[in-house]
Amino acid sequence: MKKNLLKYICIVALASTGLTSCKKALELTPTNATTAEQVYSTPAGYKQSLAKVYSAYALTGSGGSASSDLGGIDAGTSDFLRLYWSAQEWTTDEAVCAWNDTDVPDFHNLSWGSNNSILRGLYFRSLYQITVANAFIRESSDDAIASRGITGNDATSIRAYRAEARFLRAYQYWILMDLFGNPPFVDETTPIGKYLPERITRAKLFAYIESELKAIETTLVAPRQNEYGRADQAADWALQARLYLNAEVYLGTGNGRYADAITYANKVINSGYTLQSNYAKLFLADNNVGNTETILSINYDGINSQNYGATTYIINASLNAAMNPTLYGVPNGGWGGNRSTSNLPLTFGDFSGNTDKRAMFYGNNLAINNINDFTQGVAVVKFKNLNSNGTTPYSIGGSATNTSSGGVYASTDFPLFRLAEMYLIYAEATLRGGSGGSTATALTGINLLRTRAYGNNSGNLNSLTLNDVLNERTRELYWEGFRRTDLIRYGLFTSASYLWPYKGGVQNGKGVESYRNLFPIPNTDLVNNPNLVQNPGY
Amino acid sequence: MRKTYFKKYVLVCLMLALSCVAFAQTGTITGKVLDNTNQPLPGVTVGLTGSTMGAPTDVDGNFRINNVPAGSYTITARYFGFTTSQQTISVTAGANTVANFNLQPELKSLNEVVVIGYGTQTRKELTGAISTVTSKDFQKGTTTSPAELIQGKVAGVAVSTNSGQPGAGATIRIRQGASLNASNDPLIVVDGVPLSNNSISGVANPLSLINPDDIETFTVLKDAASTAIYGSRASNGVIIITTKKGAAGTPQVNFSSKNSIATLRNKVDVLSADEVRAYVKAYDVATGTNKSALLGSANTDWQDQIYQNALTTDNNLSIGGSTKNMPYRVSVGYLDQQGLLKTDRLQRSTAAIRLSPKFFNNDLKLDINLNGSYGHSRFANQGAVGAAVFFDPTQQVYREGSPYNGYYEWYGADKVLNPNAPRNPVALLNDNKNIGDTYRTFGNVSADYRFPFLKALRANVNLGYDLSKGGGSTYVPFTAAQSFGTFGLSSQYHQKNYNSVVEAYLNYNDTFKSIKSNINATAGYGFYDFRTSNRNFASYGTNSAAAIISNTIPSFPFDIPQYRLLSYYGRLIYTFDTKYILAATIRTDGSSKFTPDNRYNYGVFPSVAFTWRMIDEDFLKTSNVVSDLKLRLSYGVTGQQDGIPYYGYIPTYFQNSTNASQYQFGNTFYNTYSPSAYDASLKWETTQTTNIGFDFGFFNQRISGSVDAYYKNTKDLLSVVFVPGGSNFSNQLSASNVGNMINRGIEFNLNAIAVKTKDITWNLNYNIAYNYNRITNLSLTGNNSSSQVLTGGISGGTGNNIQVNQVGTSPRAFYVYKQVYDSKSGKPLQGIYEDLNNDGVINGNDLYTYKTPYPKFIMGFSTQFSYKKWTASTVLRAHLGNYMYNNLQSNAATQNTIISTAGDLINNANANLLETGFTNSQYFSDYYIQNASFLRMDNAGLAYDFGKIYRNKIRLNLSANVQNVFVVTKYKGLDPEIISGIDNNFYPRPRTYTLSLNLGF
Repeated sequence: MKKNLLKYICIVALASTGLTSCKKALELTPTNATTAEQVYSTPAGYKQSLAKVYSAYALTGSGGSASSDLGGIDAGTSDFLRLYWSAQEWTTDEAVCAWNDTDVPDFHNLSWGSNNSILRGLYFRSLYQITVANAFIRESSDDAIASRGITGNDATSIRAYRAEARFLRAYQYWILMDLFGNPPFVDETTPIGKYLPERITRAKLFAYIESELKAIETTLVAPRQNEYGRADQAADWALQARLYLNAEVYLGTGNGRYADAITYANKVINSGYTLQSNYAKLFLADNNVGNTETILSINYDGINSQNYGATTYIINASLNAAMNPTLYGVPNGGWGGNRSTSNLPLTFGDFSGNTDKRAMFYGNNLAINNINDFTQGVAVVKFKNLNSNGTTPYSIGGSATNTSSGGVYASTDFPLFRLAEMYLIYAEATLRGGSGGSTATALTGINLLRTRAYGNNSGNLNSLTLNDVLNERTRELYWEGFRRTDLIRYGLFTSASYLWPYKGGVQNGKGVESYRNLFPIPNTDLVNNPNLVQNPGY
Repeated sequence: MRKTYFKKYVLVCLMLALSCVAFAQTGTITGKVLDNTNQPLPGVTVGLTGSTMGAPTDVDGNFRINNVPAGSYTITARYFGFTTSQQTISVTAGANTVANFNLQPELKSLNEVVVIGYGTQTRKELTGAISTVTSKDFQKGTTTSPAELIQGKVAGVAVSTNSGQPGAGATIRIRQGASLNASNDPLIVVDGVPLSNNSISGVANPLSLINPDDIETFTVLKDAASTAIYGSRASNGVIIITTKKGAAGTPQVNFSSKNSIATLRNKVDVLSADEVRAYVKAYDVATGTNKSALLGSANTDWQDQIYQNALTTDNNLSIGGSTKNMPYRVSVGYLDQQGLLKTDRLQRSTAAIRLSPKFFNNDLKLDINLNGSYGHSRFANQGAVGAAVFFDPTQQVYREGSPYNGYYEWYGADKVLNPNAPRNPVALLNDNKNIGDTYRTFGNVSADYRFPFLKALRANVNLGYDLSKGGGSTYVPFTAAQSFGTFGLSSQYHQKNYNSVVEAYLNYNDTFKSIKSNINATAGYGFYDFRTSNRNFASYGTNSAAAIISNTIPSFPFDIPQYRLLSYYGRLIYTFDTKYILAATIRTDGSSKFTPDNRYNYGVFPSVAFTWRMIDEDFLKTSNVVSDLKLRLSYGVTGQQDGIPYYGYIPTYFQNSTNASQYQFGNTFYNTYSPSAYDASLKWETTQTTNIGFDFGFFNQRISGSVDAYYKNTKDLLSVVFVPGGSNFSNQLSASNVGNMINRGIEFNLNAIAVKTKDITWNLNYNIAYNYNRITNLSLTGNNSSSQVLTGGISGGTGNNIQVNQVGTSPRAFYVYKQVYDSKSGKPLQGIYEDLNNDGVINGNDLYTYKTPYPKFIMGFSTQFSYKKWTASTVLRAHLGNYMYNNLQSNAATQNTIISTAGDLINNANANLLETGFTNSQYFSDYYIQNASFLRMDNAGLAYDFGKIYRNKIRLNLSANVQNVFVVTKYKGLDPEIISGIDNNFYPRPRTYTLSLNLGF
């Protein structure tokens, strides 16, 4: 028994001596995580980290389709493209959503408020990608690469990665500038943690984006020379062309940069891209293969890059069970949400697709009396999760109904920049008086698009007005996330001079106050960051 | 008794008479001893301290001591069951001195030993707000989770079963919880071992593996004076569970068997098949469609199809006794419980051993507890609960030619499933086989050593462990509709938990008579390690190819989250004159969840408490009415860090956890490295609690009770918080220190023994608690005007939240539009809401906070009435002022529910459709926020005690109980008691009829 006692005394002693080493015992680290030092110790680590900078605008999170990088928003809804697409399309004549979810009806009614969760999600998604890019840019400076002993070709590659991260950051700042005007500003020099970012005005942000795009032009890989899915110089020029086309919106009337728009659109046009002969193939699941037109896409894959946003959302939300989603490559999908008001199909005249093949609609129920009824309005089936040979990706045994991607996730990549837009920018900038362009060349470009659309030159135009360009943009670029920006540039977004069903919340449509050309800074950030100022009107 | 007593008296008198003759320089002492009701007490021993002289009282309570030499004496009256009384007298030669006594009955309940953190105290000495419930007061009937035993029994403690699922466990809220996003669960300590709140795979709730039959006592520590010794895990109260010990003496065998049947108490009010047919026909007439073609001719009540009368048998055998110096108790139990939902079943075997040997003249006491359990569950696919209220009642269960195991499913001519249709509820159950197995062993060895050279000093070492292993698998055949997209499903999960505790303390407890003082000091150390090991598996299809399901491929084969706590604690209880008790505790905790700088800085948790035993004051001591009166004052600080991420302060990069989150460059998919959001300054959440309480008793404790008032202020709330955009690697941190919240309330508890005669005993207990809580700050910048975090996801649509945390309201207040009603019909007008901010548009800025799911008052009432061998008892419980979001109505009571716009499909709708006539869902209307106050009869029972039946050796007791007898409520849904405040596909709580048998010998 004495021995036992001794034992217990020993335990007490042990327990007490444990005290000294215990401070260390409290230093625990996660099993499957690592530190910046380890991640950036190899070129492969840099590439995996760069992959995150890209996937920040592709996926909702890093833990599958139910995960999210963001909080305060449904995970499946929190990817960049779903949010951006909704903000750009729901607010216009091109799309109306049947869902009665939080804040959804406010878009088509043009009645959103500063607590709108979808706008908040988009705002924070853009800032998230910027923050992730900042971290990469910080870790990939020449000094940082050198300090990790990376040299030669590896170092050159990493410098290109860094330029791409700067490009993506510039792209997201362009989004913030276009939608929210005066967002907070952070770059690679700002700290992580309890920090209140400064506000940047729209004009200053314009200058910053321009300077960044110009600064990285030479470091980026030459056009068409980079891996598929990564930004190259053409992407940089394409964004600049888009930026300059909208300069008057951002900088005020009279501050147009149409000549620059023409210059940069031309640079892209002359970079070796060609229009894909079959328009419909641009929006199919294998649009990553042999694509000669897309300059930069966000890449999705039904198995390896899954989410509930992006093209999975665009495709599924545009279908319901009655349309047989199997025919569009999503046999278990069909969410019955988005379709078009009558304006979009009527822009085509004959919207059967027999004349202009870009008209890809289902049904012809033009009238909408109940927004919540998906079957009212014309369904849009431009994006499909089908390969160009008609098969479904990851189909098991050739079956259209059984796929190893679950029958919902799409493999269709989304074109952020494609050649067709450059012809349209060139034409519009020329018509708006930009120097360096010619109306004839503009018309030739537009007719390239129309020839492809009609299969021959029967639809070619002989002359061109600004309004023709807008309508051509509608027919060429509908459902690709351009519409709100286009309507604002043409002064039609809020005004009563152009109406669509339920614009402003009434069936026949009405104009709304012009302050809605900008979205509000989300209330959440306004509360947390006293440096910010709410946009006028909200 | 009285006879022997009388004999002794006569004998003593004779002796005294004789001695009278012998001495003359002496005096006498006479007196009378009365009890507290002024009745004479015979047989009381009255003696003089320091001498052998003394006398017992006679039948009239009189005594007489003769031949007492002159001088000053202390005279003492002692009687079993009464408190000893003393007085000082002086005796004069040749004279008689009178000394009368009033003896007070010894209040057993006040001397009962109560476990407190790291020690025990008698009830009368308690300084904190502490309630105990012992096994005799437990809720009777079929229970699978220990928490159910104390439902309705303790003021301020709300226990709600999580659902009707077997072993689903219960949510315990003490004083409504002090945290926002950190856990609000109390710390549970079993036989001195603090348990982890981590869940275990394969079992619905970790507490459900403790056999309720092995539990002796629940002690609930509510205020900071009693909980602060548990420091950083104590903000939400502490529950100490003590298991049964072997009693001294010959082995006692106890066998109990409970057999029950659980039935569905009520069903969700949905349309009948005929109503659906009529509705669809009317729609066709109105719109010119032919949706009626989709209807069937059956009358299927899908709720009847998925629920069953569930049988349960619960058998327990225990042997307890003592060999030499070692009390022991061994028990085994076996539970087999079916769920109300078909295919649900829990089988649980438990075994427990408790040994309490003593050595070295009882200087060394060991306490050894070993518990083991094995649970085997089949979990029903609870998707059936929701599907049953949606599925078209005009369709039959089976459909001829159905390729989906013969079940009726919505599919077209090509037999391709309609992706927007609900799945057949019966098929959801029968085609899904989810089996979980859990092994758990927990226990401890504690050694308590009293130092022979200094008896007042003890050392206590407690080594505890809690190991569990859970695993299971789900199998769905590829012919089943529910997993058709993946060709069936075969998945598995596996988890191990390793928790260990090392605690050691020294206790010094000594009384210093000269200064009427008692000092009880404790100082200790604790080390706690919580480690979980999860293995990650891919899932497979179940067709012949058995392909791996793409998005389930894990990037890591396992994950081992772990956290540790390191603590020092101390307590000093100083008692003066047995009336004034001052207690102070302090604990300092270090947690691996916080940055090294903050681990200790803020982790110091002190408390101080003062108790005044007013009953021991002279002005009350002799009262015949008041039998106990005590004032308790306390203040303390506790902390919280449970329920937040383990590594929230460390900047790390992580690789995507599944191969479904890669990114494509060229033709290659890359795993990504993501920086994670972190808060480098993460620290403790702290709660300051002030408590004032009275314990009282009247009429010899026939009526007793307590009243407590408290004020809790939680600072540095560990909350989900939006951070300034661009300042971190997310827009939200899942845990950051932001915000304050207050809780204040009053609790009142009353026990009464209304009748106590030879044949009849009638006991009553009533408790009521009021609580008020408000978030008082929720912003990093102090700008609280509209700082809010949405919470409370609902069913229906995408990403909809119905609750909000914001300053000025209770947590989880409902956040809704103000419905406008038709002035004539009183019906809600679809989509018409008040423009609360008067800006001319109705949008998210018009939402307002309206009501909360928290009850303002919770009440419990228990009573037990015994007549001879019969005992009848009941327990009632009420929540008042709580509201519920009726998600079933908001999501499934519209025209679009029945006539799906998604395609060729008819669904059933909630009967509320007939009241509103809504076309489509109005998720955010305050119309759906409904009063969920309720009164529930938890239990009604009747028992008959046969006494000793066989050769006077075997005791037999039979009882019958009904649980969940009735619910009185205005709430329009199935059950008003849903903790989240969101009623959505709730697994119904059954009404259970139990027959129990108890045998002892």
